[in-house]
Amino acid sequence: MTATATRPATDPAAPVTAGTGFLTSLRVFSVRSLKKSFRDGESMLMAILLPVLLMLIFTFIMGGAIDVGGGGGREAYLAYVMPAVVLTAAGFGASYTAVVVSQDVATGFMNRLRTMPFPSVTVLLGHTVSSMARNLIATAVVFLVGFAVGFRTEATVGQLLAAVGLILLWILAITVIFALLGLVAGSPESANGYGFILLFLPYVSSGFAPVDTMPGWLQPFAEHQPMTPVIDAARALMNGQDPGADPWVAVAWCLGFMAIAIWLIAVVFPRKTAR
Amino acid sequence: MPYTTPLVDIDGLSQSFGDRRVLRDLRVSLPPGIHALLGPNGAGKTTLINILSTLIRPDAGRARVLGLDVHADRARLRRKIALTGQYAAVDEALSGMENLDMMGQLFGLSRSAARRRGGLLLDQFGLTASKSAKVSTYSGGMRRKLDIAVSLIAEPELIFLDEPTTGLDTRSRQALWDEIHRLADHGTSVFLTTQYLDEAEALAEQILVLDDGRIVAEGTADELKELVGGATIQLHDGSGHLRAEHATDGSAADVSRTLAELAAQYPDLAVTVRKPSMDEVFLQLTGQPTEGAAS
Ligand SMILES: Nc1ncnc2c1ncn2[C@@H]1O[C@H](COP(=O)(O)OP(=O)(O)O)[C@@H](O)[C@H]1O
Ligand SMILES: [Mg+2]
Repeated sequence: MTATATRPATDPAAPVTAGTGFLTSLRVFSVRSLKKSFRDGESMLMAILLPVLLMLIFTFIMGGAIDVGGGGGREAYLAYVMPAVVLTAAGFGASYTAVVVSQDVATGFMNRLRTMPFPSVTVLLGHTVSSMARNLIATAVVFLVGFAVGFRTEATVGQLLAAVGLILLWILAITVIFALLGLVAGSPESANGYGFILLFLPYVSSGFAPVDTMPGWLQPFAEHQPMTPVIDAARALMNGQDPGADPWVAVAWCLGFMAIAIWLIAVVFPRKTAR
Repeated sequence: MPYTTPLVDIDGLSQSFGDRRVLRDLRVSLPPGIHALLGPNGAGKTTLINILSTLIRPDAGRARVLGLDVHADRARLRRKIALTGQYAAVDEALSGMENLDMMGQLFGLSRSAARRRGGLLLDQFGLTASKSAKVSTYSGGMRRKLDIAVSLIAEPELIFLDEPTTGLDTRSRQALWDEIHRLADHGTSVFLTTQYLDEAEALAEQILVLDDGRIVAEGTADELKELVGGATIQLHDGSGHLRAEHATDGSAADVSRTLAELAAQYPDLAVTVRKPSMDEVFLQLTGQPTEGAAS
């Protein structure tokens, strides 16, 4: 203890703790969440290994077999499949957010924060920052492996940045959704289960095979599900083609998801207490 | 300087979850100091702590802590209190020092002040040797100590401790009790919950007995014992066998009169006065034994 003198506990003149604002708590929680992810060796390994393995599988095993037009062959498929690999790996990386958020609820950590003098919702933003960092690494890994196994493009830097920007916006949207799922999940284990949904969603999109090669009953879903415009737009941009209206459809989906998830978080978060 | 504001002032406080009434019309006023809320599992202890620490807004009634309304004045109240919940809420992936540093900064300390004070607390709680180790390597007792240290980082006026020693071994338990006494010496008030009678008796000035959402008794350990019944006078023969037992109403006059009568009646038996144990008090007040019987 420091040498504070004994004082009556309800002395109105007693010093109070200052508390802290939005930016400081955001910084503190970002540092915390980044430390947590980088120290969790298993999840870091998966964040790097999963995109590497997916790239190798889709390039060397499937690449020769799936005809996506454009001259066919391995190189054409590589140029086709890269955005879908990023989104698949990102789905995995973002789903970790649900696990850490639900751990914070289950351990009572969130309870303690909510009795403290600062905007406690910044704890969720800290987890979001670290999810973006993990997925940025996964995205970089996909591009590095892509270049290493023969991906070449005539896209301008502006187009490449736009493609990456769209991908990051999608990752941000699903991270916010996973943060919400982490808040409402009964336990970290069940929060972990939600990750599987997003692991399968990209296979039912235009990501790995053209939609018109799918069974008729599946086509309407694959064509209109939100990942398809994101993937189509990112693919067109990174291959230096005109994406048409896809980027705007993609942005609309992402912002729509975020708006709904943030609104639900605003409803759930203040009432969430650990049992 | 005498205090004028009660530490905790509750009037007509009720809380329900669905149609389950968890707290029923509580009315209590406590001065600064150490107070224990004693009750069995499911009595509503955590719910009351959650209300007083601004986590949940009560459905009915008024609750003021340090003179501040737990809902209307929650922003100000949060600068004066700290909650240590039922389960240790420290970050397993961080070290002891990193936990203190993080929470200190969130309470508004500068980074250097947080680390300096964190170092003092680690020292005080005997955790200095493990300050750089990840909390996931800590024992249950060490985690609990760190958990309480985190609550103390910004020198709150009042700290809430929800079942601080549940699940700890006897040695860690005694060590924590010592720390809690030390807090009081420094002028920090403590509101703790416990299922253990001996814990309430050892720590608290005032004990509130909570049963099924109602405060069934309130007072010092001695007052509670008196409430339940007076001392019992026992008569043993030379080999220590209990030969006779006489109840009194607990007043000094009654005890001494009964003692004199018995001594005249049984000159060859040894006479002893026995106060009821806290377990008996609890059993009588709530109609059920607690796990606190083990001490
Ligand atoms: N958020 C909640 N929703 C529904 N029931 C609850 C909730 N919190 C507590 N309860 C119920 O209220 C009662 C009292 O719980 P609690 O305050 O945790 O008791 P204690 O801490 O004394 O064991 C229990 O029956 C518990 O199941
Ligand atoms: Mg409890």
